Amino acid sequence: MEVVRGLKLRLDAGSFGALIGPSGCGKTTILKIAAGLDPDFRGELRTPGSGRFGIVFQEPRLLPWRTVEDNIRLAMPAHAAGADLTDLIEILGLGAHLARYPGELSLGLARRTAVARAFALRPDFLLLDEPFVSLDEAVAARLRDELVALTARTRATTLLVTHNLDEAIQLSDRLFFLSDRPTRIIVERSLPPPRGTRSRELIASIGDEMRELVARATAKAGGD
Amino acid sequence: MPRVYSLAALIAVWALAAALIQSRLLPGPLTIGTTILADVRSGELPFHMACTLGRVVSSFAIAMVLGIIAGYAMGRSKAIDRYADPWLIVLINMPALVTIIFAYIWIGLNETAAILAVAVNKLPNVMVVMREGARALDPELDEMAKAFKFTWLSRIRHVVIPQLAPYLSASSRSGLSIVWKIVLVVELIGRPNGVGFVLGSAFSLFDIARILSYAISFIVLMLVIESLLVQPLERRAIRWRRRPA
Repeated sequence: MEVVRGLKLRLDAGSFGALIGPSGCGKTTILKIAAGLDPDFRGELRTPGSGRFGIVFQEPRLLPWRTVEDNIRLAMPAHAAGADLTDLIEILGLGAHLARYPGELSLGLARRTAVARAFALRPDFLLLDEPFVSLDEAVAARLRDELVALTARTRATTLLVTHNLDEAIQLSDRLFFLSDRPTRIIVERSLPPPRGTRSRELIASIGDEMRELVARATAKAGGD
Repeated sequence: MPRVYSLAALIAVWALAAALIQSRLLPGPLTIGTTILADVRSGELPFHMACTLGRVVSSFAIAMVLGIIAGYAMGRSKAIDRYADPWLIVLINMPALVTIIFAYIWIGLNETAAILAVAVNKLPNVMVVMREGARALDPELDEMAKAFKFTWLSRIRHVVIPQLAPYLSASSRSGLSIVWKIVLVVELIGRPNGVGFVLGSAFSLFDIARILSYAISFIVLMLVIESLLVQPLERRAIRWRRRPA
């Protein structure tokens, strides 16, 4: 099935991009293409740096028969298997849970384990598929802060897929708004730095501005 | 504990019936016990049991290895499944006796024929179970393993085998019981030793005591294998699941 056609998406190395759009508009497909997981993809894909990438899926996708620590370490390349993960584990607050099994974890902890797994291999390129969806707001807010801290340290080029505009504005340098069927980028905007520390008021005003832009672009697309 | 009581009750009923009937056709537990002891001392019982056990182990191993590979391939690939499924249906519906007879006719009255005949009888059952298991593999974990560039070996070890564990244990459990029953038939028809052979010659002599002694000894041996080998392995495989969520 063809979901996406003729789409061009460019992200500066080291920046944080967010892909925003209604559910079912092909966001996850684009992410899979970026991850090289779509066998039917015909097109060009260039990834930054060594091409090492980490991915956080919408579902945590942990191995239920392995502990938190094993889940993180099993995903690391063999030469890095003994690497020191203390900082990562501390930032994500997983220290007390390393020996537990995924079945014993709350969704928030399972997501954090998945985030740790993605960062453990020191990716140059990071893909996040709705990592905050169905978390309590407090848990999501904390995970967002942790993510800001981690991306600032690793300088990985990051692509976030979300349907939550406020979240996208808080975290990213560049926004891509997608339309539904056909999947197209209808609005593309850079946000002024610094990211991660934008105030609630600023996020709200940028949000209003974006919503208006998207509404206008959608109306225009509909009128064609 | 209820198991022990129930087993004791069975033996008691048997002893009572034997005492009431007083016939050579139904020897009591005591007679059987002494027959078993005598045959253990003469070395005859251990010898025949070892022959049978050897056949059970080899044909079980062959059926499991081939069945796992074939069933997994059928579960993962629709094309393979389409071609192999008719064969599987023929195999499933082939009566054990027919396979045994053809094996002896085509290969000869030898050990190879005996072991292959049993393995072929068990094979389709393993294939069916493993195909189900392969179909039930979680595509999301598969994608995760691909994304994180798991090596082929670690994908099999950490992602595939743990998911197949319940299917592996189900097929080896049912496998063991099917295999040892068919081995006895194979021995009855065309082997000069083993429990099946002894049962056959005891049958022609109406030697009920021997039949019961060998049958009981073998059942006990299989139960011991089941509880000392199969069950602990199973418990190990599902350790992670027993923890509260």
